[in-house]
Formats: sequence, structure tokens, C-alpha cells
Amino acid sequence: MPKVVLIDAGGTNIGSVRYALERLGVDAPLSSDAAEIRAASHVILPGVGAAAPGMARLRETGLVDVVCSLTQPVLGVCLGMQLLFEHSEESDTPCLGLIPARLRLFAKDDGLRVPHMGWNALNPLRQHPLLDGIDAGAFAYFVHSYAAPVGDWTLASCDYGGAFSAVVQHRNFHGAQFHPERSAAVGARLLQNFIAL
Amino acid sequence: MLTRRIIPCLDVRDGKVVKGVRFRDHVEMGDIVDLAGRYRDEGADELVFYDITASPQGRSVDRDWVARVARVIDIPFCVAGGIRSVEDARAVLHAGADKVSVNSPALERPELVNELADAFGVQCVVVGVDSLRDDDGEWHVRQYTGDPTKTRALARRALSWVSEVQERGAGEIVLNCMGSDGVRAGYDIEQLRAARAICKVPLIASGGAGTPEHFRDVFREADVDGALAASVFHSGSIAIPQLKKYLADEAIAIRP
Repeated sequence: MPKVVLIDAGGTNIGSVRYALERLGVDAPLSSDAAEIRAASHVILPGVGAAAPGMARLRETGLVDVVCSLTQPVLGVCLGMQLLFEHSEESDTPCLGLIPARLRLFAKDDGLRVPHMGWNALNPLRQHPLLDGIDAGAFAYFVHSYAAPVGDWTLASCDYGGAFSAVVQHRNFHGAQFHPERSAAVGARLLQNFIAL
Repeated sequence: MLTRRIIPCLDVRDGKVVKGVRFRDHVEMGDIVDLAGRYRDEGADELVFYDITASPQGRSVDRDWVARVARVIDIPFCVAGGIRSVEDARAVLHAGADKVSVNSPALERPELVNELADAFGVQCVVVGVDSLRDDDGEWHVRQYTGDPTKTRALARRALSWVSEVQERGAGEIVLNCMGSDGVRAGYDIEQLRAARAICKVPLIASGGAGTPEHFRDVFREADVDGALAASVFHSGSIAIPQLKKYLADEAIAIRP
């Protein structure tokens, strides 16, 4: 049985992610305790909100170094995924630097409506157990204004005024820009795949 | 491709789903969690819960059912009704709602929109606008529409309010066209097109759905991101799976 811990970075979707794991039969405690987080088999960093307060919260709770030194599978969700990157254009915020790329605001001048909000299709780019059973064109629910570019770290992309990273993996760090806790069967499958890593 | 959203709206009064005609004469439709689960199973893209009694009574939305819904439902949902402060919104979001929608309290104190966007990010902040065309030919905002005895007509024009709330940090706008609400004669395409032209964030149409063609028309002609409806879904006169198949056949981008 995996021992999953949720990191309390102050995001408002912590409850929803916890319920989603509950639906999979996993009781994941919420923790800001370094020892408990290090002892977990899987760590999830949820997040909704802005990059700067998210990073501030990780610093206040002394978790920046803890997260960066984890060797077990880690999954960032939405803002939690964004924080894994080097930097966000949102309030010019340095992030954890675990994935070598920078997040940018969707270009509103292209007539794009921002935030990118709703169900959009996933486009898997390379095989990975995190994407088992998730086919090309599967729909997931997105809500975000900043996005990561496509690169070596991209497992699946999505298109909104151009391709961006929807699911990422670099070393033991994984992320979903969409909300698995709100993406029906596709989201449940991704969470299930993660806790099976 | 980003798909258009089909959004059943559940008006909640005293913990039960109700539906009225033209915002009046509410009839009980069933239990919140039962109905939410049914719509999720049928392929709804999102759900909206309006506590229609909250604002006129000056109280905040009751939080227990929000957590009950969040436990069961794996699609996004938004909660509206009497959210007057960052603290009210935090309670609802922490209970598991994905977004909060503010309407009358934002008209009382427009800074509320800024405060919510600063605290939670624009993606959590929906502004509901209740609008009705008056004798001068302009669409004006209505306040406290949950209770007809307390509903007030404001001098504020609906379209200028749509512009203002975007500047203040609304991440989505739901335009409730009260003239067409509940009578199933189609969405108010004219008004929604006018709003679309000035709306840079997602725009959701509300009020008037009666047939699948009405959904097609509002997506095609008003280019809205989502269409919200209540009675046609609650009564079973439109089934969501058939509606989505129809829209897909009509070349509207839709999640199957």
C-alpha cells in the first residue's frame, strides 16, 4: 500500500485532491512536516492560486529544500506543477528549478481568452507509466493563465494558441497542468498511475 | 481543442435543488448530491450551485453540502450565493468548490472582486450578472434576484459592469439574461453577442435554453464558452448525452 502525503502549500484544491485519492481508496494526510514528507512513498504538491504566494508558503514552512531533495515520485498539480519549473512570468517569480524551463502567460493579444478554462484534449508525446490507459485525445479539465513550453520533460501536450506542457516528468518529478481531481475518469486514471509508480 | 461546456445549474434553497420560472415560484427538484451525481454520470462538463436565498437574507452559503458534493463529484463545480468576503470564499473553496461566483455582493462592494482575485487567483473568481432590458432599450443589472420581493433594478448598465469586473479580476462571467430565463424560447443571442464583443475571459450564457438547437445557436452565434441551463435538464426534456451528440454532429467542439 503506497503511503501518499499531500504537501500543504496553501492551495485551495487540497481538499479536492484528497477526496479524489479517497475515491481510489487512498487516505493521504496533509502535511508540512519534513520528516513525514520524506518518509512518504509518494508526494503530491497540489496548488491553486498564484506562483508568488505558493513559493512564499513553501519557504515559510521550510519545505523548499525538502521538496527539492525528494527522491520518491512527486506529482505537482496545476500550480504545484508550475512550481517545479525554474521561473514563472507571474509576478516574476523564481520557482523550485527542478525542471529547466520557464512559464509564460498565454498571449491575450492573439484573441485567446485567458484563463484557459475548460476541457481540452491531451496529446501524449512519449510513453510513460503515468499515461497508461490515457489515449490521445482524452479530455482533461484545465484552469490556468500561465503555461510551460513543450520540451524533453513533456509527456503530453495540449493545444491552446499553440502547444504547451500538459503532463510532465523529469527525474522523479511529475506534474499535471490540468486538474486530475476534476477530470473525471481520465484524472482518476492519472492519479492511479501515479500512486502505482 | 478547447471544448464548449454544458453546465447544469442547480438552484439551491435550504439544502434542496429548486427551480422557478423567471426567477419566481420555486419548486423542489431533489437532493443536491443525487442530482449532482446524475449530471456527472450523464457527461455534464461542470456544475453550478446557486444558493438563491443566501444573498437576500444577508447570510453566507451553508457549507456542509459543498463538502458532500466535493467528495462525490469528479468534475469542476462552482458555488454562488451570499459570498461577501475573502473569508466566505475561502470556506467554500476549502470545502472543495473549484470556483466561487459573486453577484449581488459584488454590486454592493465592487472591490470584493479584486480582493477575491488577489487571494485566490482570477481562475477561482466568477462574476454572475443578472440583466434585463428596460424601457430605455438598454440592458441593466438586477440585484437580489433570488427573492422577487427584494429584487432591485440598478441604473448600472450590464455591459459596463461586464467590462468593470474583468478589470477588477473576474476570471469568468456568467450572464443571466432574465428576459429569456425559464421560458425556454432560446438564449438571448443579441445580448450575449454584445457581451462577447467586450469579454476577454470565458463567458457563460444563462437563461432561455429549451431545445438542443438553442445550445447550437448560442455557441455558433454568440461564441460563448459554456451554456448553462436548469429546467430542461431537471425535467428531463433534454438529456445531456443526446444533447452532446447533437452538438458534436453540428460541428460544435464538445467533450463526448
